[in-house]
Amino acid sequence: MSLSRRDFIKYTGSAGTAVAVGAGIDLKPVAAAATTLRIKEAKVHPGVCPYCAVGCIQLVYSKGDKIIDIEGHPDTPHTLGRLCPKGAATIQLSNNPQRPVKALYRAAGSDKWEEKPLAWMYDEIAKRYYETREKHFIEKEKDKDGKEVVVNRLDAIASLGSACIDNEECYILSKLNRTFGIVYHEHQARV
Amino acid sequence: MTTNLIDIQNSDVIMATSNFAENHPVGFQWVMKAKERGAKFIHVDPRFTRTSSVADIHVPLRSGTNIAFFGGLINYAIQNNLYFKDYVTHYTNASFLIDPAFKTATDGGGLFTGLEQTGKGGDDPHLAQIYKRDTWKYQLDGEGNPKRDLTLKDPHTVFQLLKRHYSRYTPEMVERVCGIPKEKFVEVAKLYCENSGPEKTGTITYALNLTQHTNGVQNIRSLCMLQILLGNIGRPGGGVVALRGHANVQGATDLELLYHELPGYLPMPLRDLHPDLKTYLEKVTPKGGFWVNLPKFGVSLLKAFYGDAATKDNEFGYQWLPKRASADAYSHQHIFVDMYKGIIKGFLADGQNPAVGGPNAKLARAAMGKLEWLVVKDIFITETAEFWKAPGANAKDIKTEVFFLPAAPAAEKDGSLTNTMRLIQWHEKAVNPPGDVTSDAEFFVSLAKRLQKMYAGSNKDRDKGFLAASFDWGTDPKEPNMELVLKEINGFAIEEITDKDGKVVYKKGQALNSFAHMTDDGKTAGGCWIYTGVTVEGPDGKLINKANARKPADEKDYLAHGWGFAWPANRRILYNRASADLQGKPWSEKKKLIWWDPEAPGAKPDEKGKWVGLDVPDFNAFLAPDAKNGDKPFIMRADLVGAFFGPLNDGPFPEHYEPIESPTKNLLSKQQNNPVVKIWDVPDQQNLLAPTGSSEYPYVITTYRLTEHHLSGVMSRQLPMLAELFHSHFAEISHELAKELGIENGEKITVSTPRGKVHVTAMVTHRLKPFMIDGKKVHQIGVPWHWGYNGTPGLPGSKGDITNDLSATVADPTVYIQETKAFMCNVKKGVV
Repeated sequence: MSLSRRDFIKYTGSAGTAVAVGAGIDLKPVAAAATTLRIKEAKVHPGVCPYCAVGCIQLVYSKGDKIIDIEGHPDTPHTLGRLCPKGAATIQLSNNPQRPVKALYRAAGSDKWEEKPLAWMYDEIAKRYYETREKHFIEKEKDKDGKEVVVNRLDAIASLGSACIDNEECYILSKLNRTFGIVYHEHQARV
Repeated sequence: MTTNLIDIQNSDVIMATSNFAENHPVGFQWVMKAKERGAKFIHVDPRFTRTSSVADIHVPLRSGTNIAFFGGLINYAIQNNLYFKDYVTHYTNASFLIDPAFKTATDGGGLFTGLEQTGKGGDDPHLAQIYKRDTWKYQLDGEGNPKRDLTLKDPHTVFQLLKRHYSRYTPEMVERVCGIPKEKFVEVAKLYCENSGPEKTGTITYALNLTQHTNGVQNIRSLCMLQILLGNIGRPGGGVVALRGHANVQGATDLELLYHELPGYLPMPLRDLHPDLKTYLEKVTPKGGFWVNLPKFGVSLLKAFYGDAATKDNEFGYQWLPKRASADAYSHQHIFVDMYKGIIKGFLADGQNPAVGGPNAKLARAAMGKLEWLVVKDIFITETAEFWKAPGANAKDIKTEVFFLPAAPAAEKDGSLTNTMRLIQWHEKAVNPPGDVTSDAEFFVSLAKRLQKMYAGSNKDRDKGFLAASFDWGTDPKEPNMELVLKEINGFAIEEITDKDGKVVYKKGQALNSFAHMTDDGKTAGGCWIYTGVTVEGPDGKLINKANARKPADEKDYLAHGWGFAWPANRRILYNRASADLQGKPWSEKKKLIWWDPEAPGAKPDEKGKWVGLDVPDFNAFLAPDAKNGDKPFIMRADLVGAFFGPLNDGPFPEHYEPIESPTKNLLSKQQNNPVVKIWDVPDQQNLLAPTGSSEYPYVITTYRLTEHHLSGVMSRQLPMLAELFHSHFAEISHELAKELGIENGEKITVSTPRGKVHVTAMVTHRLKPFMIDGKKVHQIGVPWHWGYNGTPGLPGSKGDITNDLSATVADPTVYIQETKAFMCNVKKGVV
């Protein structure tokens, strides 16, 4: 019996499967040990690698609110379970001491951040959006022939990003920006 | 991408023009698989990389000369009769006759017929001259159809014009312009062209190596033209492989976080052209091809945006949409120029880091200092969030308020991402984000709802559209149910829809199975028509999320149609009608993909005949090859054929022009640069350019990426596992240049342009060699652009100067992408 890498990963991922390879090496204890050490009792969820656009599907293992391991999903037809160095480091996007977990505010002219409650931040940001729109909204302007036309446009706010957020998030942002009147509306596809 | 990564294994020859192995390592395995089958692999790149190391031929070419190279290949295929004649004659516009007054750049000194001075624009050639397209059109017969000559011999056929246009692109010219020795070019041309035809197919891959130029769009067109000339589109092992660089840059393009369009590639209305919905739909809907359905997609989008408030009587809310004042406005580079000028007061940078990642990054940071407020949402604190801490910045003088919101990576939320092959794939929330970290969706919805509360009660017309938009998906007031957002994107029936016999096709609220069921009367809503079918209703009434489908490939389905959902309609290879001949038979058994089965059960019980095979057919599966348009594969084009002649702002055929900054005059014509290039006039000398052949800036510079880092570095420089893999920011320079300048490997050097300078480590290497351009030695250096002033504590190499401080604010005239793959610099030993 020959065993592809994909099969091997599959078997090692399911405890108790008897696996024997060619020359009689029994991988069962290895598989069992790996399972015990790493992913026993962990929940597994499908992930998509957040780096380049190959779209490697990942298996994200978690215990409680902690991700304990991320690896390639061996069934993925276009990747066959492989990950590159970036994909293999995905876990550090979540488990990283440098990661900011509080909202931060920097006042005009200040040289430092201040931690602020999220609700305060949202209220203040909404105020900035509202005030800027109220002050600078262009409801009508003259077209090239000098005729006044409805344009409902807001030139004073720009929105950039992102090729790093989900489709659903992109749609919500498109809907928010466009219904609000924003036309400076771009993301990384332009650069 | 017209094809699918998996299908690269079926190629007989692959030409990579980017560093595929290092920038898309996991996708590259399909090139290796093709090689195991005996395929030949060509790598065209100024640098020798890991991609070159497994290539049969590495072809170094001077950055910025890709059109000269591809034009040379087109000329070679035509001159040596190596093109796929039946495919070219029937599936492209080669046989169409063009207005006799049109002249190619061969007869126009590098210009096409129609360049006109506008009398405005000052130093901006983009405004000072534009092309009038009066002669860039087909000759029409009495019924309004294009005249054709299927012998391709009429001098006004597209084919003869193509031949005439590229007749100057000889192997000798390619050698002079690109620096590729003539013999090597002929070897590559022979290898690529001879491996295409009925029995063989070739694939070309590209990335930002071709797009980031002032003729970026024409670069891509030139390789697409080579592919249709050789019959390589819509067939197994053929295609154009666009290797995109971000996890969801495809999806963010489809859902249209871009100034010029609305979701699903619908043009964003222009003030002067589209005053009302009727005029808009008339002007933007082509007369032929699948886009004739645009009104259905447009009205469904307005219904998705504005809900019940969008009615026939108010043009479905069309007037509420903002109208662009000009087509030459609002792009990435326009944003930072206009921000610098004070037009933009507030700015949201969501998951994007323009302080490092965009062209002329120094200008971007200076522009942010003129804002009233800035909101940044990202996983880590970016250089954009801390532009006021940049080296040389004085925080006290910067009056911009900055709000930073921590963001959740994919593993901490539900949602879908669309990969480079149009494949929509779902990920699940594995854990809750820590602390005050939230998803981007949570932030957008919180902001929208707060703003709606502030506007509540307004009776002003200008606020009605925003108040009508619903930001509720599911019961949780904060976190939207992403599967319901996906359903809105997919489209659904607003009311019960019945067929002509009164049978219910869709009940109220049901997800649509196909964009073919969208209507322009307000009965359907859909946020992005090309995604329709990604989520459908199962027999039990529950949503089936096909983005979360996980059926692996098998022997019967190598393209894995049960894994995720590829737009449109789960089709894996676009234009696949072209895989069969006029009669619907595969061009060869070896290269079969879909074919017409005359015996298969037809659309009705008493009919026979259907397109069958290995992929979802690209059009109505029951459209017989001998029916009207049953032999036309390029369904998204108004004339249903592939376009050699394809008018863009800078011409109907790609023509080589030098980059804005170049070491040489244009050797092909007296027209130095793209005649309608966009160059911004930025105040305070923020966009100075080096003149052609400048002795102050004598070296070509190109920017690039590394396997272990990601783009502007936000998601790699702060991860110790990745950040520790590079000693420091560096520039690759050849041994020859190092010797001329007395530079040792590993020492600090200064790279400068008229915009700025960076201090980096010299990596003296054989991977770059000087080019001989028209008998003169030209040095080129390469600098990755992942570094910035933030990084991982304890890892000094994770911080470095910003490469994009060197690049300029100039752009392609069609899509306004910048020129960061070819410009000019100086290199000096030491930190100066």
